[in-house]
Amino acid sequence: MRIGPVGFRIGSDWRAPVAALESLYAAYPKPAISDFTVRLFAARPWRRFLRPSVTIEGDFVLPEAAPLPLAQGLLAAEMGMNLQMALGQRHYLLLHASAVERDGRALLMTGLSGAGKSTLAALLAARGWRLMGDEFVLVDPETGLIHAFPRLVSLKNQAIGVVEAAWPEARFGPLMGGTPKGDIRHMVPDAAAVDAMHVPALPALLLFPGYGFAAENRAVPQSEVFVRLTQASTNYVALGERGFDALTRLVKAVPARAIDYPDTDSAIAQVEALWAAL
Amino acid sequence: MGGAVSDGRLLARALRDPASVRTLDAAGWTDLIQIARAEQLIGTLAARLADQSRPADAARILADAAASIAQQRTAALWEAEMARRVLAPLGLPVVLLKGTAFLAAGLAAGMGRSVGDCDILVPRGALDTVEAALLGAGWEWVKPDPYDDAYYRRWMHELPPLIHRERDRMIDVHHTILPLTTRITPDADALIAASVPLDGRPSALRILSPNDMLCHAAAHLFADGDLAGGMRNLWDVHCLIAQFGVAGLTERAQHHGLWREVARAARLAHALYDTPIPARWRTWNVLDPLYRRRLTARDGWGRRTRSLTRFAFYARSHWLRMPPAMLARHLWIKWRKGKG
Repeated sequence: MRIGPVGFRIGSDWRAPVAALESLYAAYPKPAISDFTVRLFAARPWRRFLRPSVTIEGDFVLPEAAPLPLAQGLLAAEMGMNLQMALGQRHYLLLHASAVERDGRALLMTGLSGAGKSTLAALLAARGWRLMGDEFVLVDPETGLIHAFPRLVSLKNQAIGVVEAAWPEARFGPLMGGTPKGDIRHMVPDAAAVDAMHVPALPALLLFPGYGFAAENRAVPQSEVFVRLTQASTNYVALGERGFDALTRLVKAVPARAIDYPDTDSAIAQVEALWAAL
Repeated sequence: MGGAVSDGRLLARALRDPASVRTLDAAGWTDLIQIARAEQLIGTLAARLADQSRPADAARILADAAASIAQQRTAALWEAEMARRVLAPLGLPVVLLKGTAFLAAGLAAGMGRSVGDCDILVPRGALDTVEAALLGAGWEWVKPDPYDDAYYRRWMHELPPLIHRERDRMIDVHHTILPLTTRITPDADALIAASVPLDGRPSALRILSPNDMLCHAAAHLFADGDLAGGMRNLWDVHCLIAQFGVAGLTERAQHHGLWREVARAARLAHALYDTPIPARWRTWNVLDPLYRRRLTARDGWGRRTRSLTRFAFYARSHWLRMPPAMLARHLWIKWRKGKG
C-alpha cells in the first residue's frame, strides 16, 4: 500500500493481519515498487498455531522489539511500518508529530506520547480540516513543504471514546485491548485525507499541546523549538547537513506555541483562535 | 519477473551487468532493492545503476540510498580524522582497514559502500599506548563482560571494541588481520611495512598495499566468520582485482599463508561478478558451489534462507577460529551465561 509518498509491502505468516490491512487501507493505491518491507512471522514454527505470537521484522529492525499476540496483528503491522519509517526514511526529515491542513497551510502538533497529538488531529479533521497524519510529519529538505503521511490514526484509551463521539461517521478498526499501550483503536482517515495525500502544504503553525492543565498558551522561543524538534525527529542525525538545514528553515519560518488544555473543547477553541490570529 | 532467480544472484547480476535491470518488472525491482538492502549493498547498487533507466519509484529509492551513503561517507571519514588527531602525537603508523580505507583512498571499492565501524591496524607492541590514548579522548569499552574482555585481549586480532561517548561511533583497533586462534598467521609486520600513506603529512593515516587489501578481504571472508555479508566482501574483492590486477598477488598471499583463501575469493568473485582473473586460476573446486549457495542465501523479502547451509558455515567459522578443546570450553561458558 502507498501512504503519502511511501510504499510498503507487508508479508505475514497469517492471513488475518493482512486481511485487516486490506480492508482498512482499501482506498489507498498499491505501489508498483515498495520503499519498505515489513514481515510478520512466527519466531518458532509452533507459534503459528499455538498461542500465535507475531514477531515484527523488516528492512530495518530494533533488536528488542517484543512479539505481540495474533489478536494484535494489525498493531504489529502498524508498528512495523512506523519502524521502517523511523529507522529507514532518508528522503524527508521525519518529525514525530501530527498535522492537519487548511487552505494549503499546515498546522503541526508535536509532543510526548499522551499529549494528544492524534486526538487533536482527529478532532480537527472531524471539523473539516484535512488530516495529513497523526504519527509522522514529512518535511521535504528541498522545498521546506510538509508532506502527508496519513496512516491509520492510532487512538488510545480515553481518546477512543472522545473521537467516536465527535465523529460517528468515521470508520474504525477493531478495538484491541491489553496492548503494551493500553486499549488501541485505529481510525481510518476520511476520503478527503486519502484523496489529497499527495498534495504537500506550507507549514504555518507549530503547537506543543499539553493535556491535563488549565488552559494557557505561550510563545516558544526558536532555540527551544529547535531542540525539542531534534528530539522529536528520528532521522535528524542520519540526514546530516540536509537535516540541519531543513530543521532550521522550519524553525525560523513557523511560529510556535505551547498550549495547555484541560479538555478537548478548550484545546480546539485555542487552536482555532491561534489559527485565526496568524 | 525477468529471469527466474530471486536470491542473491539477482543482486550479483545487477552489479555485474547494470544493463540487465532493463528486463526487471516491478516485483523484480522490489526483490532486488530488498536483497541489496539486506546485503548492505544498496548504496553500491545505486552507484552502479546511476546511468541506467529505471522506473521512477526505483530511481527515487536508490537516490535516497545514495544520499544516505554520502552522509555515511562524511561521518566515516570524519571518524578516521578524529582517530588520526588522537593518535598522530604517538608517532606510530596507523593503517585504515576495509571500508574506511576504500573511502579515504577514493578506490572503486568505496563507491557507494556502506561503512559502519572504523577499523584500524597498529603495531601489536603499541596496543596499550593506542588504547590509553583513545580512552583518554572519549572512547569507552562496550564489552562489560570480563570473560569477553579477557577473550578479546588474549585471543583476538583486535582490542575489545570501543565506542566514542559523544559521537556514538565504534572503533576496532587491530594488531593483525586474523584471530590468534586460527591456524593461519598472516605477517602483520609486513602488512604495516608495505602500507602506503594517504597524503604527504608526517602524521598521515595509511592504507594497506592493494595485494594486502586483497589478502585481508579474503582472510575476513573465508578464514574468519560464517560468510554473513559475504556478497559485500566479495564485491570488495572484485573491485580491488578489477582496479589493481593480480600482479604479485600469489606470492604475497603465500607469504601470509592465505593463498587458498585468496584463490577461492578470486574464483567466487569471478563466478558472481565476472571479475577478470587469470585463466589458470579458474580451476574447478568441489566446495565452490556450496560457498556460492551460502553467499546468495537471501530471498526477495530480504530473508536469510538455506538455514542448513548457513548453520554449516556458522559451525565451520567456530571450528576455524578455535582448537576443539578451546571451542568446547568457549561454548560451555557462553551457554552458561546465556542461561543465566
